[in-house]
Amino acid sequence: MNNVTKIETHDLSLFYGQKQALKKISVAIPAFRVTALIGPSGCGKSTFLRTLNRMNDLIDNVRTEGTVLIDDVNIYQNGIDKVELRKKVGMIFQKSNPFPKSIYDNVAYGPRINGIHDKKILDEIVEQSLRRAALWEEIKDDLRKSGLALSGGQQQRLCIARALAVNPEVLLMDEPASALDPLATSKVEELIYELKEKYTIVIVTHNMQQAARVSDYTAFFYIGELVEYGETKQIFTTPGKKQTEDYITGRFG
Amino acid sequence: MRKKILGYVFILSTALSAFLVLAAIVVIIGKITAGGWDKLSLEFLTAAPKEGMTAGGIFPAIIGTVLLVSIMSLAGVPIGTITAIYLSEYADQGSILTKMIRFAVNTLAGVPAIVFGLFGLGFFIHFVGGGMDKIFSGNSELRWSQPNLLWASLTMALLTLPVVIVSVEEALRSIPVDYREASLALGATKFQTIVHVVLPNAYPGILTGAILAVGRGAGEVAPILFTGVAYYLPHLPSSLSDQFMQLGYHLYVMATQSSDVEATIGIQYATAFVLLAVTFLLNFSAIFIRYRIRARLR
Repeated sequence: MNNVTKIETHDLSLFYGQKQALKKISVAIPAFRVTALIGPSGCGKSTFLRTLNRMNDLIDNVRTEGTVLIDDVNIYQNGIDKVELRKKVGMIFQKSNPFPKSIYDNVAYGPRINGIHDKKILDEIVEQSLRRAALWEEIKDDLRKSGLALSGGQQQRLCIARALAVNPEVLLMDEPASALDPLATSKVEELIYELKEKYTIVIVTHNMQQAARVSDYTAFFYIGELVEYGETKQIFTTPGKKQTEDYITGRFG
Repeated sequence: MRKKILGYVFILSTALSAFLVLAAIVVIIGKITAGGWDKLSLEFLTAAPKEGMTAGGIFPAIIGTVLLVSIMSLAGVPIGTITAIYLSEYADQGSILTKMIRFAVNTLAGVPAIVFGLFGLGFFIHFVGGGMDKIFSGNSELRWSQPNLLWASLTMALLTLPVVIVSVEEALRSIPVDYREASLALGATKFQTIVHVVLPNAYPGILTGAILAVGRGAGEVAPILFTGVAYYLPHLPSSLSDQFMQLGYHLYVMATQSSDVEATIGIQYATAFVLLAVTFLLNFSAIFIRYRIRARLR
């Protein structure tokens, strides 16, 4: 791993009340690469993803221990501005969730709440974000149409465009293609591949082929523990642990 | 065999009870419509009562009712909405304070209307109004320490507050968590999320709450008895410190206080018809809006 590290966790544990959902996770995620988090349902991979932009803070009774460093700053230390953090670390959700607003207003939402109201600048951001999300050509004449009128795959790319519009450095994706048909899925995967040039991407997926196709690094989680982490090629061809091999080859999970 | 008969008896009695409810509403509406139909006219809606309320119309009572519920809404809906936002978005659901507020809201909903009237008299008129008169005119002129439109409206706002709070809170809770998370994940603050995402999507629910409150307020008489309604006024209220006439109270006055009650019967029916029409219309529009929101959220 000779890359620059973007995100680094040390002994990261997370508790829902009494129940421990993450057990001392230590991992270094490289910049401008795609890192896939895999593992059976309930293994903590989504929970881990949500610790990286502190979305878990929204849930009552959640306690976090350990550190998460992003660009060498511990995002769990006192005085961290969660709003600033979430601008820098964008998130794409499993279920595409465009606002019931127009396509334009969806993408412009982030810039607007950050105080950008100049029509020309907004137009530019909207177009650029939609282009980066590979959606511009399909909808450039329908910017005033409701975001909810788009197809499932388009909605998810709209959500990606909306996240890109606030100029994040990291993109967290929580099973972004799990609700999409194969064609829409391959479009999103292509997009992920292109986006890693400019962004650090962490993606949770249930789909082994997807992890193998899009990611450079893979982390395998099992019951709250990080079992194995390494280059995707190595994890999928010569996994170091039996559990990993069993999961990847479909013997459980 | 006995079991079977018991079953039939039970079915019959449930059907009979249901029929009774239906019959009651049909009789009420039918009798009122039949009794008042002849008197209903444009003149009835736009003229003042004449000849000891045995002739003329109910215009001042309609205007008084409209003013009452409008000022009531201006005061009650914002406070109710803000309370609902606090309860649903900010309050720690397990805390004692939140439980106390919820308990207060529920208790408020169960307080008899006449008690609100007495509270309005004691608090708004004597305490607030009396204080205002002391400060503004040194008690040389009794202006605010008398029953008037403002105090009646505020008393009514208090009465309808639980209706607003409950329906707005329901509307806020119906906004999917996905929208909130999407907004927060984009670096929006909680306040921005509420203002730009939650409230715009909840406004039909807020509207429903307001309409239900108005429907309730339009039909209540007890809270305004001591706080502002007048028996008869030759002119319309021109300021917040004026008294006013109101449909429900007007009905009561005609039925009990008129010098010639017999002669007012037709007008009474017609007044009841207008009162019913207004409250039904408001309730139906609230139901309709709610139905539309639910259909949209699905």
